[in-house]
Amino acid sequence: MRKWVPALIPALVAGLFNNQANAGEINIKATIPQINTAEYHRPYVAIWIEKPDQSVEKNLAAWYSQKKAANGDEGNKWLKDLRQWWRKSGREQSLPIDGVSGATRPVGEQSLTFTEGKAPLGTLPPGQYNIAVEAAREKGGREIVRVPFTWPVQKAEQVKAAGQQELGDIIIDLKP
Amino acid sequence: MKKMLALVSLALGMSAPGAQAHGFWIMPSSTVLSATQFVTFDAATSTEPFQIDHRPLAIDGLVILAPDGSQMTPVNVLKGELRTVFDAKFDKKGTYRVELVRSGFRASWKDSDNKPKRFMGTAEALAKEVPADAKDLNISETESRLENYITLGKPSALKPSNKGLELVASTHPNDLVTGEPVELTFLVDGKPTADVEVAIVRGQIRYRNNPEEQSYKTDKNGKIKVTFDQAGMYWLDADFKDGHVSNKIAKERTLSYVLTLEVLPQ
Repeated sequence: MRKWVPALIPALVAGLFNNQANAGEINIKATIPQINTAEYHRPYVAIWIEKPDQSVEKNLAAWYSQKKAANGDEGNKWLKDLRQWWRKSGREQSLPIDGVSGATRPVGEQSLTFTEGKAPLGTLPPGQYNIAVEAAREKGGREIVRVPFTWPVQKAEQVKAAGQQELGDIIIDLKP
Repeated sequence: MKKMLALVSLALGMSAPGAQAHGFWIMPSSTVLSATQFVTFDAATSTEPFQIDHRPLAIDGLVILAPDGSQMTPVNVLKGELRTVFDAKFDKKGTYRVELVRSGFRASWKDSDNKPKRFMGTAEALAKEVPADAKDLNISETESRLENYITLGKPSALKPSNKGLELVASTHPNDLVTGEPVELTFLVDGKPTADVEVAIVRGQIRYRNNPEEQSYKTDKNGKIKVTFDQAGMYWLDADFKDGHVSNKIAKERTLSYVLTLEVLPQ
């Protein structure tokens, strides 16, 4: 124990200064595809950072209806349809989640930027992660897309993946 | 050879209740909730799990246990020709247990004309009902437990009652997804018990040729390991027999446990 702690300190110190110099940044461009259907509802979407074991590290966004319907239904009622997110994190949260919960978004590219040290990203321990994007649509389907990345970011890079049905391109721009 | 035949007939006799034609079940409209809402239930006995094709289930004695330990009464109870319906509103965070626990004594015998007779009820009623000259009299005590679980928000821990046959799952019963193995431990009066026979069947058998029923027997630690390959509603039925009767009028005790499980896709 004693031996490796001092060895680690320079790295930690370096990390500290590195962070101060310029905070890492994650930019996510998530495309909600145009879907031709008689009755279209905007999808519920959750975006989070998960560890390789698929446990949730950080919630980044949850877009759902927060209105109370005339019949007394809450928008929360359908949050369980974001099945993985609900099971792995949503149900543990007190809703709405500060800085994460938001209204549903329209068709098109949705751009989100998360900065190290600032909520909801805050600090992320070094390691391998996925950005997970899950979408579920009323009278439609459900889909989850995962994009792997490594933190901290060494040099600016782009990683991407694409959904088949309920999600379009998911483009992640990482900045050191 | 004679001994062998006796053993075979004994074995057949033992397996008869497990192979009964009609299973019983309660089927919820939802098991995982993210907001306060009503859930509606069907309850029936039928030839195939969740297929409404035989008789309604009597739900006298049904208990809905809220996460805080309080009890909830079902509403809009309807007993139809083929199934019983009831609703309940779930508004407390955590896991609810819907349970139907039944117990009694079952007798079968032949009367003086060699006609088979049956009776089911309390030990006292049974003593009155069965004639003194009953032939081939067989009396057993039965204890059955039927359960559904419904969770609003985060699942809460479940406590067995430590009475009769029960199940403890390594994964919360409202937390099952395809491909993730789950370890099920069967308890008899609170103790993990070997040789409990368990059958697990996915619903909607009507739409496939092979019922795909899975059979298991608990190991010495009372455990079985199950992986659900497909999403859907599953019917779990466990059976066990022992000699721990509450009234010596019966020779053996027949225990059964039935649970409806919803398995979600990944």
